[in-house]
Amino acid sequence: MKPSHATALALLLLGGSSLAAQIPDSERRSGYTFMGPDTRAIQDDDTSNPGMLFVLDGETLWNKKLGAANKACADCHGDTRGSMKGVAARYPAFDNMLGRPVTLEQRVNLERTQHQQAEVLPYESRDLLALTAFVANQSRGMPITTGDDPELKPFVEEGRALFMQREGQLNLACTNCHNDNFDKKLAGSPVTQAQPNGYPEYRLEWQTLGSLERRLRSCITGVRAQAPDYGAPELVALELYLMSRAHGMQMETPAVRP
Amino acid sequence: MASTLINVPPKARRGDIIEIKTLTSHIMETGFRRTAAGELIPRNIITSFTCRYNGNEIFRADLFPAISANPYVSFFTIARESGKFEFEWIGDNGFSTTASASITVE
Repeated sequence: MKPSHATALALLLLGGSSLAAQIPDSERRSGYTFMGPDTRAIQDDDTSNPGMLFVLDGETLWNKKLGAANKACADCHGDTRGSMKGVAARYPAFDNMLGRPVTLEQRVNLERTQHQQAEVLPYESRDLLALTAFVANQSRGMPITTGDDPELKPFVEEGRALFMQREGQLNLACTNCHNDNFDKKLAGSPVTQAQPNGYPEYRLEWQTLGSLERRLRSCITGVRAQAPDYGAPELVALELYLMSRAHGMQMETPAVRP
Repeated sequence: MASTLINVPPKARRGDIIEIKTLTSHIMETGFRRTAAGELIPRNIITSFTCRYNGNEIFRADLFPAISANPYVSFFTIARESGKFEFEWIGDNGFSTTASASITVE
């Protein structure tokens, strides 16, 4: 290749990447790195991390027999703390029966209705958060693998399009803050890269554990757009895109964030 | 479900100053907030925390509405003898939960 061609190609590539405004893999940062030492200390010690209270509750629920089938999660999956290792790190995952991706919360409820014949747990209920925290905590320290399944490709693309789409009265897309301005501050707080590697996570602002969908909904409300309902395909697609965008980053569940 | 997390060093030398860390799950509803309909949400907080070391009370704290959910209490004591730490949290609406941890002092 002649030098001039190489330069043109390089410029083309640069132009392409700046349009897409992606953060290079090596420059991705967990929300943890944006926090002060005090908040980090809360997360680092399992006896000061309030998310661990939910993990403990989740373990109790995991072993509890319930529903018409009178079965506990542990009856099929085993009762050790390691039986769900790596599972949360690949969610949302494609469900063959439904033909679409499902989040970890949706998976728990599918298992409850299909195998335990028990009632569905409402989104953000303590029991659902506890169960997802218990499962996701087993993936702590493992790399995210979401998006490896080729069936997910169109849904990842849908999520990516939503991430890039301006919306709301403030006419902002996720990317305007979380790709383009993550190193700046908004009202005194770091903007961050919106990496989803610690969910469900304990937010000091919430005073409780919350799901990624809760976080997405508050961001969407923040730009004064109408937030989709919990479990809506748009939120699942966004969650899927964010997790695949964080592919290879380490899980921190239950993370603590301000 | 009320779970607690206790961090007491399993072993210490006699006379050592040791840190005890406790965390318990509680919503700590202040009693000052209102629902979207304007109704006051009744106060529901932990009001008292006590620690006994082999039966003797060594630490007590009163808790108030400004304290965060899932309160974290940490304090120091001197390891005098092997035995048991007993923790008790008491609160509104008859809330009560206990936990314990053992220590070996050499």
